[in-house]
Amino acid sequence: MKLKEVKEILNAEVMVGEEKLEEEVFTACGADLMSDVLASRDEKAVLLTGLTNVQVIRTAEVVGDIKCIVFVRGKTPGEEILELAKKAGLVIMKTKYPLYIACGLLYSNGLTCRSGE
Amino acid sequence: MGLLVEVVNEMVLYSLDFDVKARDFDSAGEVSSNLRSVLKQLSLNPDVVRRSCIACYEAEMNIIIHSYGGHMEIEIFGDKIRITAEDTGPGIEDIELAMKEGYSTAPEEIREMGFGAGMGLPNMKENSDFMDIKSSKNGTTVVMEILFK
Ligand SMILES: Nc1ncnc2c1ncn2[C@@H]1O[C@H](COP(=O)(O)OP(=O)(O)OP(=O)(O)O)[C@@H](O)[C@H]1O
Ligand SMILES: [Mg+2]
Repeated sequence: MKLKEVKEILNAEVMVGEEKLEEEVFTACGADLMSDVLASRDEKAVLLTGLTNVQVIRTAEVVGDIKCIVFVRGKTPGEEILELAKKAGLVIMKTKYPLYIACGLLYSNGLTCRSGE
Repeated sequence: MGLLVEVVNEMVLYSLDFDVKARDFDSAGEVSSNLRSVLKQLSLNPDVVRRSCIACYEAEMNIIIHSYGGHMEIEIFGDKIRITAEDTGPGIEDIELAMKEGYSTAPEEIREMGFGAGMGLPNMKENSDFMDIKSSKNGTTVVMEILFK
């Protein structure tokens, strides 16, 4: 699935990385506890979360395979977070949907949690 | 030949030192960020880089969240990375319990920041080839090694 499809499905607003929407992603995960993300062995290219602090970006950097972060429930990340995300080369979106629904929408449209396709 | 390789492997090629302050969430993750850029320059295997950074980050977060402050040392050898995280603090009363997935004493405000899943220590163990924890009422020292294999 292309990131622009993620954007469409979630009716999301892209806050950082508009130029990267043609990039393809195959996996996603949703979590509010960052060490759960760090402990999961599955590949994850999109991280959906309700947490909006710098730790989310740091976690994405540490994990390494995350390309895009979607902030759910209409939460707006601060400038500092967006700056860090830019530096890290991440795509940042926000959606009004809550975490469960946002994950469900992506999943039912074919973005699963297996690696590759 | 074998001996020479061993001697070379035991030499520290690179060493990094960091002070880690308690509750300093703004700089949280800087140690592992630094480690990542050094490891990338050394063009190490991506899996080694990833495991080292995750283990390092969790150790750093534990100092920030659970201790009064500490210090991290990262030594890069010819055949492995050693991460030592040392802090002064209340220590871990029951290490076996603390190693269990899901066990956490993190307070609510820490959970709101996205930590306190109780996954840090088990994940550090998972990502390292060797891990040792020493803890007393005065503080904790965690040593981890990741082999290049
Ligand atoms: N450096 C430390 N000093 C004192 N106690 C610690 C230290 N590191 C871990 N602990 C104790 O061990 C418990 C488990 O640690 P662990 O890293 O697995 O989980 P956590 O830090 O609570 O949550 P998470 O790592 O998932 O964000 C902690 O809740 C804490 O009680
Ligand atoms: Mg922890």
